[in-house]
Amino acid sequence: MKRILPKAGVLLSLLMTTPVFAEATDNIDQYQLNMTKGVTDISAEVYDMHMLMFIICIVIGAGVFIAMFISMYFHRKSRGAKPANFHESVKVEIAWTVIPFIILIAMAVPAMKLLIDMEDASEPGVTVLVTGSQWKWHYKYMDNDVEYYSKMATQAEQISGKFEKGENYLLEVDRPLVIPTGEKVRFLITSDDVIHAWWVPDFAVKQDANPGFINDAWALVNDPGIYRGQCAELCGKDHGFMPIVVIAKEPTDYKNWITEQEDIQLKAKEEEQRLLAMNMTMAEAMEQGEKIYNANCAACHMPNGEGLQGVFPALKGSQIAIADQPKHISIVLNGVSGTAMQAYAKQLTMSELAAVITYERNAWGNNTGDLVQAKDINAALNGQ
Amino acid sequence: MTATTNDTHHDGPHDEEHHEHHIPTGIKRWLYTTNHKDIGTLYLWFAFIMFLTGGAMAMVIRAELFQPGLQIVEPNFFNQMTTVHGLIMVFGAVMPAFTGLANWLIPMMIGAPDMALPRMNNWSFWILPFAFAILLSSLFMEGGGPAFGWTFYAPLSTTYSNDGTALFVFAVHIMGASSIMGAINVIVTIWNMRAPGMTWMKMPLFVWTWLITAFLLIAVMPVLAGAVTMVLTDKFFGTSFFDAAGGGDPVMFQHIFWFFGHPEVYIMILPAFGIISQIIPTFARKRLFGYASMVYATASIALLSFIVWAHHMFTTGMPVAAELFFMFATMLISVPTGVKVFNWVATMWRGSMTFEVPMLFALAFIVLFTIGGLSGLMLAITPVDFQYHDTYFVVAHFHYVLVTGAIFSIMAAVYYWLPKWTGKMFDIGLAKWHFWCSLISVNVLFFPMHFVGLAGMPRRIPDYALQFADFNKWISIGGFAFGLSQLIFLALLIKACKKKGEPVSDQVWEGAEGLEWEIPSPAPYHTFETPPEVK
Repeated sequence: MKRILPKAGVLLSLLMTTPVFAEATDNIDQYQLNMTKGVTDISAEVYDMHMLMFIICIVIGAGVFIAMFISMYFHRKSRGAKPANFHESVKVEIAWTVIPFIILIAMAVPAMKLLIDMEDASEPGVTVLVTGSQWKWHYKYMDNDVEYYSKMATQAEQISGKFEKGENYLLEVDRPLVIPTGEKVRFLITSDDVIHAWWVPDFAVKQDANPGFINDAWALVNDPGIYRGQCAELCGKDHGFMPIVVIAKEPTDYKNWITEQEDIQLKAKEEEQRLLAMNMTMAEAMEQGEKIYNANCAACHMPNGEGLQGVFPALKGSQIAIADQPKHISIVLNGVSGTAMQAYAKQLTMSELAAVITYERNAWGNNTGDLVQAKDINAALNGQ
Repeated sequence: MTATTNDTHHDGPHDEEHHEHHIPTGIKRWLYTTNHKDIGTLYLWFAFIMFLTGGAMAMVIRAELFQPGLQIVEPNFFNQMTTVHGLIMVFGAVMPAFTGLANWLIPMMIGAPDMALPRMNNWSFWILPFAFAILLSSLFMEGGGPAFGWTFYAPLSTTYSNDGTALFVFAVHIMGASSIMGAINVIVTIWNMRAPGMTWMKMPLFVWTWLITAFLLIAVMPVLAGAVTMVLTDKFFGTSFFDAAGGGDPVMFQHIFWFFGHPEVYIMILPAFGIISQIIPTFARKRLFGYASMVYATASIALLSFIVWAHHMFTTGMPVAAELFFMFATMLISVPTGVKVFNWVATMWRGSMTFEVPMLFALAFIVLFTIGGLSGLMLAITPVDFQYHDTYFVVAHFHYVLVTGAIFSIMAAVYYWLPKWTGKMFDIGLAKWHFWCSLISVNVLFFPMHFVGLAGMPRRIPDYALQFADFNKWISIGGFAFGLSQLIFLALLIKACKKKGEPVSDQVWEGAEGLEWEIPSPAPYHTFETPPEVK
């Protein structure tokens, strides 16, 4: 609370000294008042259009309010004003219909041009498929064998207030999207479950991710940097915890990065096959499983495994988690259609899946003693 | 609030008969009533109770958003609060309040003895408490209430919602039925029961705007009923209206919803235009500048409202041609809306103004509604809307047009006609406190939302990044202050219902004109049983 008073001073002085359209230069400006100019030509044009509209609206508003306040001051009964008796004037009425109409046309023409430019996603250099799901983003590079999930990296302890909040609180992810500068990047945007919206203010890109349909948008980023955004369409419980981070790299850096990633993902697949032969101990599985559970499952089933009554089922004491192991594995791998339960077969590796299922069957008093191994998952996958 | 049964006014030979034999007392009076004044009172109190209920939910929202982090509620409950706050304020507060005003005022303004269909009038009110009991009870059930936003976009409201969705659907059905019956009653009354000489172009503007609103209601409430029914069958009966896997389309839901939703916005503002057009001439002591153009502007806004719905959906991936069409059509609405604002200012110009409480609210309406209208014009510009859409800029916009627009107009109307209803002047001191506290706090509440929205804060989030923290603190403080200010209004209304205060004349306000100011104050239980002659 002791922060409030000095801040009040800052607010007042800001409101009094700086025009409302003052530019925000710092990314974490506490009192950013206006839209960002962004880092693409389009986002700069959007900003200019916004300022044009804003100024026109200020002028119109000021005109109306000045006329109103003049009559409120001068045409008061207490100043002895006698009411005039004029009404109905065709000339005046035509004027205040036609003049706004002309102003509107002046606004509409540049807006139309800009819109047509924004919607032209043809001839991209790089194409990325962006898929939203509750509550993470998946990026798949269409020209390279690289794909991964991107989840919020802010710790739960920061949200609950146990830890101090970091600089990029709620706006940081484990694996950002990486794109090249100076090249037209096309985003194909879709969803696996509900409607999300992929929004990066610095690119002036906001596009809904509709399940079963693909939208497109594009950005040509001029400067390398880290750009942050958020999901903009209400998508359920953790809608507020679905950030987007994009790193724009120089084209050569991007080339190096993408070939490196291709290499890493190829090796990981080979490694996964090799790990099939290995067995985890219970302690290893529980330790790894808890981490995976908290990152992937706890948002709905809750860290204590009790779920949310009537919304997300409990795992603690559930018949599937303490008895029916094949069904348990099948649900985790394939999801449950018609519900929020996603299919994790492609989201996690086989050993990760084995660990998390083991964890669910042994945590919170589900003491089944069952130890699921990667080869069991492999068998379940191949058995279908 | 209304005239009691033992009123001393006996204007006509029939009055006595009605007074002595037809009015039950106690709760039965209100349950069985077919009197437009009683039903108007019921609607207005119901709306006010819902306004406080929805307001309490807004306080929960603002308390959670007071600082970054999750402190008070879980995200799932937060979503239920934003959803039910929206539903209650739209369907429980603003719409019933306007229907209550219509019930009280339309018969008195056109010289009719009552509404045309009094029994249906009773029913259309008494199903409303059940609708909201169902909706509110879902909050206490397993899984909680609706958490998908008042716009209930599929598939969040279908596949991914809880079973309480069925309660939401039935509640909305009942609200829709009530609105449709209310609208039919308004149309039939205006069409058939005007006093001799009350020609169309002599009707007060409040009557005109409500007539047009009633047509909008009849046109779009069935569309809403269709939308919720499709949600119900998608969720519970295996249809795929909004599921691509079954050949449906989730974006189609939005087209259907907003085909209802946009005219709905005008349902909530056209009667407000009518109220302001009654109040401004009274306290400017000057005729409304352009009566005919106000009527035509209202009709044009109503017609245009049917062809602008997709401006709520610019980011859904529509073809460019559709985006352009909806942008142009939306911009066009600002022309008739501008005509209205210019007319009010021209009415004040060279008038002889006084600033009684209804006028204060009406003037605040003009300024603040214009701000909301101008931000609406900015939102219409598609390329820029990509940045504004689903941010707090939109939240600021629609609260300026709905709170300082619709709700301020309702408050102006209550202060304007309350002395006519009770026969006593309300507590002017309290009323001024209510006005100034509301005016200041509402701007502390909603104005900084423009800034956080432009700076990039999405709407409907329970927690936010640190750069939005300071403005959100101010917004919450404004919110609490605005909520508390409404308790002043509550105290004033209770006092007014107890018939405290100075008796008022029949005309009440010096410049007031119209049939309702020619009958005694308080308005007798039955008025115009013999139609007046309108010159």
